[in-house]
Amino acid sequence: MEVSMSVNGDTQTSDVEPRTLLVHHIRDTLGLTGTNIGCDTSSCGACTIHVNGESVKSCTMLAVQADGTEITTIEGLAGDDGELHPMQAAFMECHGLQCGYCTPGMVMAASSLVAENPEGLDETAVRQGLEGNLCRCTGYHNIVKAVLAVGDTA
Amino acid sequence: MIPAAFDYVVADSADAAVAALAEHGDEAKLLAGGHSLIPLMRFRLAAPAMVVDIGRLDDMSYINDAGDHIAIGAMTKHRALETSDLLAAEAPLLGHVAGEVGDPSVRHRGTLGGSLAHGDPASDLPAALLASGGSLAIKGPNGERVLEAPDFFTGFLETALAEDEMVTEIRVPKAGGVGWSYQKFNRRAQDWAIVGAAVMLGPNPKVALVNMGSAPMRHNGVESGLAGGAGLDAASVAGDDVDPPEDLNADAEYRKHLARVLVARGIAEALG
Repeated sequence: MEVSMSVNGDTQTSDVEPRTLLVHHIRDTLGLTGTNIGCDTSSCGACTIHVNGESVKSCTMLAVQADGTEITTIEGLAGDDGELHPMQAAFMECHGLQCGYCTPGMVMAASSLVAENPEGLDETAVRQGLEGNLCRCTGYHNIVKAVLAVGDTA
Repeated sequence: MIPAAFDYVVADSADAAVAALAEHGDEAKLLAGGHSLIPLMRFRLAAPAMVVDIGRLDDMSYINDAGDHIAIGAMTKHRALETSDLLAAEAPLLGHVAGEVGDPSVRHRGTLGGSLAHGDPASDLPAALLASGGSLAIKGPNGERVLEAPDFFTGFLETALAEDEMVTEIRVPKAGGVGWSYQKFNRRAQDWAIVGAAVMLGPNPKVALVNMGSAPMRHNGVESGLAGGAGLDAASVAGDDVDPPEDLNADAEYRKHLARVLVARGIAEALG
């Protein structure tokens, strides 16, 4: 069936099978491979994107459910001029990544978390808020530092 | 890990959803937030021929003061429950437990009605509803009926819902000022509870257990003890008259031990 959604600001209309997972639609149909697939069971968070501004695990959503929504993937976070989103810049500044596999999902989950908590976040809230995103390089300390660098001043 | 093929229809009202269910019988499943059903479909544990999407029924997403109870639309997402000032004041157990489900990204999609209709004994929200003394409004082709929570959960992933019925509203008695607690034991962040305990004090104390049987359950022995003034001692029977599942995380004896410990902690916290 035909679905239409705004992806990183551009309207994308495609014909999809109802069983197509949103993450496959994003990667295979739209060619946006920044969104990774990790566990495939909504545990690891590597596939986290924003749907209508909120973090969602795109392996546990059907493309047809996203019809009419606004999707942001990691590719859409930086400005049109290439200027990094503050969360991306903080991950770079704080060395919040090692192998990089979890990074797109981490950045998307973290930016949603900060947006939802305009009063600011402490370390406990950041760690709890990112519990759905796994980093197997065990780089959590620097990831938390990066999120706090943005979230503290939000 | 891709679901079996299915036909898909978007319901534009609860009536339309019920009509679709009536038409397709046991071939059809309702899709709300999808965070219970889609994993089942991906593992091919469920393969409905027809999926009826009720996730767009925004008029079924609400948390309202209805006098002696709080009325919650079945499509209300966990995130909305977790952040609701009304729930925090009048039904704090349910609001708190909603914030214990999964992780923030899961709570952005998962719905109260969907979680309850899934009927998973390892899930947090059925226990919260049971301990809260809540009920569920259910719509079918012949109208609406209301079931108390203990009558709703009938077995492992089984509820009293007929093939052509859907949960439309969840009703939770107001309990502002009543002592409550939710104790969830797991080993890793975001895991399901190995065992959980929901405690609500008041004139008719209620205690519900997570992952201690084939269905979400209340524990009558503990409740009688609490009603009789046993206080913390009521927890000593939390491992009696239960038949918990065994898996890699815990055998039955360990789960019974956890139930006693968690119920005691819950009672202590609820007593303040």
